[in-house]
Amino acid sequence: MENQEIKVQVNHLTKRFGDLLVLNDISFNIKKGEFVCIVGPTGCGKTTFLNLLTRLIDPTEGEILIDGEPADPKKHSISFVFQEPSAFPWLTAQQNIEYGLRIKKKSSEEIAAQSEKIIGLLGLEKYRNAYPHEMSVSMEQRVVIGRAFALNPDLLLMDEPYGQMDIKMRYYLEDEVIRLWQATGSTVLFITHNLEEATYLAERVLILSNKPANIKANINVDLPRPRKVSDPEFIKIRKEITDMIKWW
Amino acid sequence: MSDNSKQISTETANSIQIEAKAKRREARQLLLISTVSVLVFLCLWELAVRAGWIDSKYLCAPTMVVETFLQKLTDPKPDGAVLGVHIITSLRLVLVGYLTAVIIGVPLGLIMGYYHTFDKLVSPIFEIVRPIPPIAWIPLSIIWLGVGTTAKAFIIFLAAFVPCVINSYTGVKLTPVVYLNVAKTSGASNWEVFWTVSRNYAMPLAFTGIQVALGNAWSTLVASELLAATAGLGYMIQQGRSLVRPDVIIVGMLTIGVIGAILTTLLSKLENHVVKWRSRA
Repeated sequence: MENQEIKVQVNHLTKRFGDLLVLNDISFNIKKGEFVCIVGPTGCGKTTFLNLLTRLIDPTEGEILIDGEPADPKKHSISFVFQEPSAFPWLTAQQNIEYGLRIKKKSSEEIAAQSEKIIGLLGLEKYRNAYPHEMSVSMEQRVVIGRAFALNPDLLLMDEPYGQMDIKMRYYLEDEVIRLWQATGSTVLFITHNLEEATYLAERVLILSNKPANIKANINVDLPRPRKVSDPEFIKIRKEITDMIKWW
Repeated sequence: MSDNSKQISTETANSIQIEAKAKRREARQLLLISTVSVLVFLCLWELAVRAGWIDSKYLCAPTMVVETFLQKLTDPKPDGAVLGVHIITSLRLVLVGYLTAVIIGVPLGLIMGYYHTFDKLVSPIFEIVRPIPPIAWIPLSIIWLGVGTTAKAFIIFLAAFVPCVINSYTGVKLTPVVYLNVAKTSGASNWEVFWTVSRNYAMPLAFTGIQVALGNAWSTLVASELLAATAGLGYMIQQGRSLVRPDVIIVGMLTIGVIGAILTTLLSKLENHVVKWRSRA
């Protein structure tokens, strides 16, 4: 990991809405292919932070660079998995997965190959022609995650994508996202409230402070996969993160 | 993990099958209820006229309506044209006015809903025109367009235009922000966000507007054929009134109703094809 190139640089990112300072001078790097989790208290400005990263809003100060260039969704491949179900209801599972690729004007061969790969990884072969209203919430969210990975994004942002799932489905989908990440080599930034989830998924956990948010701590999770939640090392790291956020 | 996935997949397939079966059963029951209610209504009507509860000068029996209907298929009396000529004349009139309204109204509503500047430009005029009843335009349309087909189609156009615009506009306005953000973060241009997201999301509501517009178009037919006509279902009804022939009036009314129902069914089929993704739950 030490020798990996820097994919995303966030430099002195600051956001004010009038007099309200939401984000205060946030700086960090993400290496290519890294899986980073961000944990932070409710209302600390996580949504603002994500909207800045996807350029839905502009920063007051600071910059976000992808491969050394200012981040731009039209130029770079940035995918976002929102907390609420966001599969387009008028598209089938396969068409949803292909959506970003079509927007990026990829060739039809590339679109077909990539969507087949993702459908295969997700085991959605039988449901490729199903519409979202014919799917359960968890299956719809899997399609959304597949759509995000299909782009081979420079940066994949996931905003508590499993917030609405029960614990069984959550474990299953966490393993699935790891499988997709390993298969595609994408760089992932995953927001969650769940500290166990962060420890289970991340190679590195960034802890945000209360508003105005900045990065309070940066913890490496150097555990082999598949991880076991009952492993003493896992429990030790989770406890370390828990101790660090007791000031919430 | 794969067992878990298979189990979820099988459960989903089973629930889709059970739901489809229940929907088919419900559709059969609804058809039966509708048929019975129509038959009971016709029997009561026939009985009321035959028993003399209602004077046949005011309302003829359903059997008399059937008789007049069969006669009008070949006989131009008493209103000057056979039923087929009336139907073709009216259908042409309605379709010209209605299709023009759909072709102009739906895109206009979609664009007004998405592009704020265009909305501000067009909305004030539209809001003034919107509440004016189509019939109120008859005198002006006679001055502008005379008393020919164009004037009649114009009245029908106005009746159908408003719901097409309003529903398409509302459909775009209701597009959830999360869908717009998915497109934007995928790198879609403003036009691509409109075309691939808002336009699609608005389609079910736009189709509701298109359905309402069809009803409006038919209901304005009689009024529009008040303008010097020589044929048409509205004209036939007017003639029936002048000649005190309730049977002719009812044949004209029912023909309008049946053709309206056929067009609505065809439109529903088109809607089911275009927005087949919509949940029927």
